[in-house]
Amino acid sequence: MNYTFQFGDVFAAWPLLLKGTLSTLQLSLLAMLLGLVLAIFCAWGKTAGPRPLRMLINAYIELIRNTPFLVQLFFFFFALPALGLRWSAYTAALIAMVINLGAYATEIIRAGIESIPKGQIEAGLALNLKRYEIFRFVILKPALRAVYPALTSQFILLMLSSAVVSAISAEDLTSVAANLQSQTFRSFEIYIVVAGIYLLLALSFSALFRVIFRLSLNYPDRR
Amino acid sequence: MRTFGFPEFLFILEAAKWTVALSMIAFIGGAIGGLVIALSRTSDSAAARVLSGGFIQIFQGTPLLLQLFLVFFGAPVLGFDINPWVAAGVALILNSSAFLGEIWRGCIQAVPGGQVEAAQALNLSYFYRMRDIVLPQAFKIALAPTVGYMVQIIKGTSLAAIIGFAEITRAGQIINNATFQPLIVFSVVAAIYFALCWPLSFLAARMERRHAAALAR
Repeated sequence: MNYTFQFGDVFAAWPLLLKGTLSTLQLSLLAMLLGLVLAIFCAWGKTAGPRPLRMLINAYIELIRNTPFLVQLFFFFFALPALGLRWSAYTAALIAMVINLGAYATEIIRAGIESIPKGQIEAGLALNLKRYEIFRFVILKPALRAVYPALTSQFILLMLSSAVVSAISAEDLTSVAANLQSQTFRSFEIYIVVAGIYLLLALSFSALFRVIFRLSLNYPDRR
Repeated sequence: MRTFGFPEFLFILEAAKWTVALSMIAFIGGAIGGLVIALSRTSDSAAARVLSGGFIQIFQGTPLLLQLFLVFFGAPVLGFDINPWVAAGVALILNSSAFLGEIWRGCIQAVPGGQVEAAQALNLSYFYRMRDIVLPQAFKIALAPTVGYMVQIIKGTSLAAIIGFAEITRAGQIINNATFQPLIVFSVVAAIYFALCWPLSFLAARMERRHAAALAR
């Protein structure tokens, strides 16, 4: 192997890489929040909703979980605008990510909801709590706590798969890398550095999720 | 300009065989690599545990797309001649080795410790202990999540379209560029993936239910 690695051009472009990192961070955080809300709603619908709603949610989950994210992205970016819905690459990417995460997270949260002992819900009924109060105060928090590791690793997987949004030219870390590559031709070096940044992002997210757990879900479990 | 008709549908459908072929390569290679990783993760040697742990951390902590780019753009730099086939195959094998390795590590550790101790008491060597005692029991636990992971592999092959490998997604892009009917084209693409993945998902879920029922008894 007679190749000299030259990282100079890559590190010289650090403002661009930083900007790309921030866009990936922003896109992922937004998608995580909105996806979580969507998933909580769908998990409620799937465990307590009327039958037609349950079937609709099931169809949504199966459809998303059995097709690749890239195809979903193409669908939202190329196919839906053909129907008259016009949006930017960024919006299409965000919506595709939210819809994708929503399907996976619904199944995870549903498993959490089903792990809540019946007696706990009956205790809520005995205290004359309303249905939504039971869901909000008795079911949701312990359910999220029970599936917290699975849920947060799904979040991190989403952040990693967001690299694909560069394929519809949405602005993110990977698209910055692709632009740099065509300017400097230092593709190997660039992708090593960018993969390193993604690894750092993944590690920071899992540290952040540990902190969130300690701050808000770390109560003693009496069972 | 072409319109989307039966020949266009057939073009996409035919590309499905490349998706299937690439998925099989990734699964078989990933299974071999994954077994090595899982055994290293559970071995007595600290060096093997650290190395395989690092491998898993790197491949689970970076996007599959970037791994694909690194192989595709990195191999020529290191002096290898490469085409999208080899690049996609190598990247997917490495990636599924990490994920299958981590799944199977859990399955190996789920085999009760008494089984290992009994094998040691019978003076079985590591090879026979693994081959005859631990792995057959771990295999039963691993079956459902492994089938479930095959779905992830099939979906992962779609990324090979980005480096120009002509599988279903790439075929869809080509037809879309010729017909400008993205709605029907990408619906067909999604439907073919669904037809490939859904039976596997269904099978995995059924196996999981059966396994849970067997344990509950």
